[in-house]
Amino acid sequence: MSGTTVEAPARSETARRIAALRTPKWYQNARWTRLGGLLFAGIVLTLMFGEQGSVDDVFFALKQLYEDPLPTLMWLVLMTAVWAFMEFGAPLRERARPVLEAVGARQKQAGSVVRSGVARPVVKWPLLAAGGLVLVLLPEFLATYWQQILVGEIAIYVLLAVGLNVVVGWAGLLDLGFIAFFAVGAYSSAYWTGSLPVDPPVKLTPFLVIPVAMLTCLLAGLLLGAPTLRLRGDYLAIVTLGFHEIIYLVAKNREDFTNGPRGVIGVPPFKLDLGFWSYTWGDSGLSPKQYWWLILVLGGLLIFLFRRLEHSRVGRAWTAIREDEVAAAANGVNTVKYKLMAFAIGASTSGIAGVVYASKIGSFSPESFILMYSVLVLAYVIFGGMGSLWGVILGTAFLAWLPQFLKDYVDPKDRFMYLGALLVIMMIYRPQGLIPSRRRKRELIMAKEGIGDADAMSEPVGGRIA
Amino acid sequence: MISSEFWDYLIPGIALGALYAVIAIGYTLVYGVLQLINFAHSEVFMMGAFASLLVLTGIDASHPSAAMSVLLVAVGMLAAASAGAGTAFALEKVAYRPLRRRNAPRLAFLISAIGASFFLQNLAGKMFGHDSKSMPELFRNKKVFSVFGAQVTVLQLLILGTAVAMMLALDLLVNRTKMGAGIRAVAQDAETASLMGVDIDRVVSRTFLVGGFMGGVAGFLFGMNSQVVFTMGFAPGITAFAAAVVGGIGNIRGAMIGGMLLGIVESFSSWQLGEEWRYVSAFAALVLVLMFRPTGILGERLGRSA
Repeated sequence: MSGTTVEAPARSETARRIAALRTPKWYQNARWTRLGGLLFAGIVLTLMFGEQGSVDDVFFALKQLYEDPLPTLMWLVLMTAVWAFMEFGAPLRERARPVLEAVGARQKQAGSVVRSGVARPVVKWPLLAAGGLVLVLLPEFLATYWQQILVGEIAIYVLLAVGLNVVVGWAGLLDLGFIAFFAVGAYSSAYWTGSLPVDPPVKLTPFLVIPVAMLTCLLAGLLLGAPTLRLRGDYLAIVTLGFHEIIYLVAKNREDFTNGPRGVIGVPPFKLDLGFWSYTWGDSGLSPKQYWWLILVLGGLLIFLFRRLEHSRVGRAWTAIREDEVAAAANGVNTVKYKLMAFAIGASTSGIAGVVYASKIGSFSPESFILMYSVLVLAYVIFGGMGSLWGVILGTAFLAWLPQFLKDYVDPKDRFMYLGALLVIMMIYRPQGLIPSRRRKRELIMAKEGIGDADAMSEPVGGRIA
Repeated sequence: MISSEFWDYLIPGIALGALYAVIAIGYTLVYGVLQLINFAHSEVFMMGAFASLLVLTGIDASHPSAAMSVLLVAVGMLAAASAGAGTAFALEKVAYRPLRRRNAPRLAFLISAIGASFFLQNLAGKMFGHDSKSMPELFRNKKVFSVFGAQVTVLQLLILGTAVAMMLALDLLVNRTKMGAGIRAVAQDAETASLMGVDIDRVVSRTFLVGGFMGGVAGFLFGMNSQVVFTMGFAPGITAFAAAVVGGIGNIRGAMIGGMLLGIVESFSSWQLGEEWRYVSAFAALVLVLMFRPTGILGERLGRSA
């Protein structure tokens, strides 16, 4: 390793052996390790894109590797080529350097974010109006199938992600049980519209359920928040996760109240009744479109409110707590109050999404609220860029759309395999997310330069390698 | 008076708890060294179960003789352990090391772990089919002896014996060997440890190997106890992580205690409240413990004190 060689007075046996130990053997070259890694990746890729295995023959996938050797060989050759390019392609890369550098320079210019303070962005009204118009007209250009996806998958997840962004992105509380509030919202909707085995005191229409569900979720958020506020990041994560499992299992097992695994059927659609004029969502076969517009209005309202909140006293308090809770408390921020507030606001957003979902879909079962969705929403938020509203919205829309898009090209059962791979690759090359918030970007750049920690939520991960 | 039913539920509870403890150790070791929830550990566990299933199906020895079944169990365990260790090793290299190199924020690690978990789980689903399979019958799972009228089966003894042996071995490994000293040093203060000449990369790799080894064996035993399916890792993984937290994450003995506690609580609640409530009670126990002891029963030890 070290450059200096030992000046042995006489070339003794010991000195010779020490010298031999110093010079690495040919097989100790890191090059071969890399080749091995890439070949292994090639085999994994063959399996990934190979044929679906079967139950009766557990060896199917492995047999396929040599019984149908063409894809295996193809991948192995490809990987070897990649390896060769990485190891011996220096002249080629040298030629490509000017181009890359030009691109890099442009990026660097765009990324000069180490500024003092976070300036308030200027709202570009014409752009906003044009974007809004496109969004309003969007379902007109889509087939009914994609309209359903747009509303049932993408729009609902965007609402959820916007809510979770408050908890994770702004207040820095790691919440792994966010879908629990979604379930609470959906079940409140079912309860108050009389679709559960138990009858409510008064039947409400879905519009009136929204405030009630918000309140319920708010209380649930406080209930969860109160005992867990003493806990730090990872403990909080597991408690919220436990909370989710409890809600899910109660929904599944209390058949007398929730109908259990059979689920809820017949949640009425949204209806506006003004006496002289009434309008029902989903009456006329236009259902996805109508709900899209409804969600657009709700979402737009929420985004407007949250943007106001972000730069208000509350938003600054959240930032302070996220950055350093002790310092925030020492400076007079009421951490308990603001943490509870973040929980409650996030939870009630999730509750709204739940009500809309329940009415849109009409019937649902506890399986719509499994833990994986909580994890997914968190992944969406971080993928999009924690703390940046637009990033979260775009990231969620993209990731919710991707599995549906892949459905036509790959076996739908494998969708999450690709999603998982994408998440890992994304975190390696762009941990700040698709469109990071400026504050976060600054933190990450400073961390890279060794000025501060990337993550104020906790100490950096141990074992840093320079 | 303690009814015989009490013992009927205590014994499976202890066996389950021992499995949880072994899995929880995998979480706690990684947490101690990297301060990272290794979400993909449940997939390590699943891979172990599948590897042993593959090998044992390949050997194809149903109803073996006594000596043969001992051998087969050993082979299955070895296959599971090496697959678990291999998966954990590769996982660290692919999903965590590049992030560490870039000094990525902690949440990025979490998402990377979640992504790796999705990937491995669905890759196994693709390779081995999406339905559940049973392990071949390696021995007749008959009762060996009874405690106060409750039967103790061969499988339960096997689970308990293996788990206890592994935990003792791990305790010795961490507390008595040079490698263990390295692990403890990195857990206490990675930067200082590296200044003292500890090769952090190597320690991290080995920690994953040890955790994966134990997780794989647990996967094999769990598969013997129930079924092997590509989603099998999820529920025990979550419960085992909860167990690690209950005991005090980063604390190896805490993970053992937490695992045992949750296993027994689960078993008893399935007796008292009904099978469907077992997970609820495990998580209720978790919340209760954390309310009164926010850092778990034994507190954090491997990890830093802050």
